[in-house]
Amino acid sequence: MRSSRAIDVSTGLFVLLGFAAIVFLVTQITNREFSLRSESYRLQAQFENVGGLKAGAPVSMAGVTIGRVESIGYDMDLFKAVATLRIDSRYDQIPNDSDASILTAGLLGGQYVGITPGGSDEPFRDGDQVEFVQDAIVLENLISKYLFSQAGSRDEAPDAAPAPQE
Amino acid sequence: MDLLTELLAKLRGFLERVGAMTRFFGQLVWLSPAALLRFRLIVEQVYNAGALSLVIIMTCGLFVGMVLGLQGHDLLQRFGSEDSLGTGAALALLKELGPVITALLFAGRAGTALASELGLMRATDQLSAMEIMAVDPMKRVVVPRFLGGAISMPLLTAVFIMVGLFGVQLVGVQLLGVDQGQFWSQMRGAVELDDIREGLIKGVVFGIACSLIAVFEGYNAQPTAEGVGRATTRTVVISAVVTLVLDYILTALML
Repeated sequence: MRSSRAIDVSTGLFVLLGFAAIVFLVTQITNREFSLRSESYRLQAQFENVGGLKAGAPVSMAGVTIGRVESIGYDMDLFKAVATLRIDSRYDQIPNDSDASILTAGLLGGQYVGITPGGSDEPFRDGDQVEFVQDAIVLENLISKYLFSQAGSRDEAPDAAPAPQE
Repeated sequence: MDLLTELLAKLRGFLERVGAMTRFFGQLVWLSPAALLRFRLIVEQVYNAGALSLVIIMTCGLFVGMVLGLQGHDLLQRFGSEDSLGTGAALALLKELGPVITALLFAGRAGTALASELGLMRATDQLSAMEIMAVDPMKRVVVPRFLGGAISMPLLTAVFIMVGLFGVQLVGVQLLGVDQGQFWSQMRGAVELDDIREGLIKGVVFGIACSLIAVFEGYNAQPTAEGVGRATTRTVVISAVVTLVLDYILTALML
């Protein structure tokens, strides 16, 4: 039989480990982030529609992850979504006329921000605005656009003879 | 005719056990607040049920997570969405695998220990000796063991899930090359606090159920060598069945 002190110590360790695990689950695998920050700078990008982009999604350039989406907010003056991108300081030579677009990884994958370099000599600095952006493609909009254009062309000539084949 | 009477007797025996267990549970709950004052006894039982189960829980959690990583990657690869591995694995571990496998292991490791210990106390008349000394064995022996088990289970569940996620990460990210950022960011995007709550509630309920079954079977064991063995076996079998049935009910309630 172990001494009661040893029992106390290992029980304490066990209970601490258990609570540490609960804290880990709550803070690390939900989207409440409390991670340590490395050297980085921020960029702002305004989008008409961010689609399914989430905070924490990667920012990539030519497929290489260079940063993360820090937060996504809504600007009540511009009526646009504002995404704050946190870029690793190692990548500090990105031309300041580069464009940011919201892309999807794979068919079911998450969305990320892809940056395509522009031709300017001046690099982005901390707090800069990304001027050229491309919104997320919303599948429903594409489909409805297609459907309505179909319906429209049929309505215009309801009783016309079938269009001759050309 | 013989068959019918036998069947009826079996059914009656079953109902008797269910009733006795319910009464036993009521007694335990009634005595629990008083037992909390003798904290020392509960700490000892948390050590027995929890700290001593930690190694097996962590080992199994790691391997369950690693298998989940392999299987999940293989499945998701067919849809070209390996990046969702984190999400799928985290939800599977949190909501089902974590609580259920922990409960089954808990019944095997801690439940059997409780049942055989109490059964042996019964068989060697230690419980009667206590009664003679005017010590209530329910208060002194049974309730601390029940509470120790019930406290340990949710903590073990959380440890299991955490180690399991580490296993998924090990295989998925380090070995099979899923993007680390996608793995975590998609997981964070999809996992809600409710999912964690669901897992922990299951852990609490399974802990109460498994501990209750273990102490009930041990306390009411027949005072023979065979009786103790049977009580231990029954503990594992009943715990496993009850865990899986409760799992379905809880899932249906919380989904």
